[in-house]
Amino acid sequence: MTILTDIMAGLPEIFLAVAGMVLLMIGVFRREDSSKLVTYLAIFVFLVTAVLVLAGPSGQTIAFNALFVVDGFAVFAKILVLLGAALTLVLSVSYNQRERINRFEFPVLVVYAVLGMLMMVSASDLISLYLGVELQSLSLYVIAAFRRDAVRSSEAGLKYFVLGALSSGILLYGMSMVYGFAGTTSFENLATVFASNEGGGQPVGLVIGLVFIVAGLAFKVSAVPFHMWTPDVYEGAPTPVTAFFAVAPKIAAMVLFVRVMIGPFGALVEQWQQVIVFISLASMILGALAAINQTNIKRLMAYSSIGNMGYALVGLAAGNETGAQAVLLYLSIYLFMNTGAFACILAMRRNGRMVEGINELAGLSRTNPAMALALAVFMFSMAGIPPLAGFFGKLYVFLAAIEAGLFTLAVVGLLTSVVAAFYYLRIVKLMYFDEPADAFDRPGREISAILVGTGLVTLLFFMVLSPVLNGAEQAVRLFFSA
Amino acid sequence: MIIQALAFYLFAIVAVASGAMVISSRNPVHSVLFLILAFFNSAGLFVLLGAEFLAMILVVVYVGAVAVLFLFVVMMLDINFSEMREGFLQYLPIGGAIGLVLLAELVLIFGSWVVSPEAGEVAVSPTPPLGEMSNTAALGQLIYTDFIYLFQAAGLVLLVAMIGAIVLTLRKREGVKRQVIADQVSRRPGDVLEIKKVPSGSGG
Repeated sequence: MTILTDIMAGLPEIFLAVAGMVLLMIGVFRREDSSKLVTYLAIFVFLVTAVLVLAGPSGQTIAFNALFVVDGFAVFAKILVLLGAALTLVLSVSYNQRERINRFEFPVLVVYAVLGMLMMVSASDLISLYLGVELQSLSLYVIAAFRRDAVRSSEAGLKYFVLGALSSGILLYGMSMVYGFAGTTSFENLATVFASNEGGGQPVGLVIGLVFIVAGLAFKVSAVPFHMWTPDVYEGAPTPVTAFFAVAPKIAAMVLFVRVMIGPFGALVEQWQQVIVFISLASMILGALAAINQTNIKRLMAYSSIGNMGYALVGLAAGNETGAQAVLLYLSIYLFMNTGAFACILAMRRNGRMVEGINELAGLSRTNPAMALALAVFMFSMAGIPPLAGFFGKLYVFLAAIEAGLFTLAVVGLLTSVVAAFYYLRIVKLMYFDEPADAFDRPGREISAILVGTGLVTLLFFMVLSPVLNGAEQAVRLFFSA
Repeated sequence: MIIQALAFYLFAIVAVASGAMVISSRNPVHSVLFLILAFFNSAGLFVLLGAEFLAMILVVVYVGAVAVLFLFVVMMLDINFSEMREGFLQYLPIGGAIGLVLLAELVLIFGSWVVSPEAGEVAVSPTPPLGEMSNTAALGQLIYTDFIYLFQAAGLVLLVAMIGAIVLTLRKREGVKRQVIADQVSRRPGDVLEIKKVPSGSGG
């Protein structure tokens, strides 16, 4: 019977893995023009997987010899990841076709990256965590370099690969130290070992292992001081890939971060809290200041995502139930804001060529008022202006920090969001008050649809705030009581 | 016992020395050969630990496959190694200083190493006694049962690596003549041969 419960718990992942192979076969045997078909099938596969995730076992199920866990927390994160991936695939279809990188391997690699993310958020052992991270990152390195004839894209892929390999090494080194102390890699056993050690002072080797693990994970969420790769990779990778990078892997890595810190290392909260507070502060400050001088909108979004991860880490630094709940809420909002903003960037096309300069947006309100309005909504939301979605994300994160007594973090967070508001609002000013540049080409239907959808969610988020908050609360409650 | 200790020191010294030679020898092919020597000695160390499966895998995978691949890469890619080494001396002091700091830190950490008192009890799959089962059998029993999830996940990582390598390097070339065996087999003499009657006596 146990094999059946294992399979039921892992059904979404098993389905996704098999579907990826089927898509690969379809792509190989259909030869020409299979890219569009495989992309649409991959979107369909994500939707089916989401249904399977929702239909999965309720409560906490531990499967595969305690390597894999399904709980509300994982389910919530998986839905976000699948949604983000499906939306970016929709955005990628016409772009890939225009830029002649429409090869069927793209959606297949995205499917495997998403599989890695699902395995990350469901990991309940250091080894399954590492394999999930690695499956995800390996697929991401390849799609970063997907436009292999462009120097920029290959450079982005190579940089990401080298630094990613380094961070994986750091992560593994930290894990080996933790294993050397505890003699186990399972989260549950780690938690019991550390809890019994509490009060007696944690040995220095264990703390250093913990710091290495934090550094490895901070690289994956691109938090300062492990953020160097982000702007270059975001700028060099093809734009739909950047949109994907900015959303799904960030959500998965952040949720994993919360799970690892609060789960097995819960007893070491004193040791990791100061580290998280520092990287959170540094990310918020750098995200706000470094973005001011950017002229390329993809680089701007890279710094913006570094800053956003800093805000999400505030919730983790709080280290309590409210904090974890605030992280989930922040990530759900971040998903819609960011996908919408990247849909706008994908619509920045003039005479058939993509443009990326921020100045190209000048006077957009007169040439394309609908798109200007949508982008303005996203920018106001990222700046945290009520009653848009971004405001609530920041509100709950800061509330959690104040509840945990981390006043510095809350104050610095508020100040940096004021600074960040400057560059978000500068875009709005460019669009509404500057002399118009030439009009952009008409965006495709799917881009317009996503713009309208994410724009409405961002604008009217206060109407769905309480159900999302309830969902996050339930997800977190199960996680904390376990 | 004394033979074991001697063997340990022999393997360890040769492994460390060949490791140093890997990074210091001028000829890259020599570096790879020293790397192979280092692998063999590490395999010897594994045998001393009673981990004969790991020792054999190290030889088969690292010496048999990885090192040979390195040799191919070194020989086939035209890399100017002397150019790559330029500036080595320039960065030596700072690199050495960082290395020394790291070494000191490692000594400090491992000097004060503690193992949790519960470490033995919480192990998910404890090692069976050596007399009961060889460690190859013990690993085999675990990998395909308790750790099937990890085994399959590692397989997927390899699949992605393969797809990635093909995506990034395979190029379709135009105008290449490929062998089509079906065409060759189904070819009949009448399709390609034309028998001409040459009237006798009219040739030049």
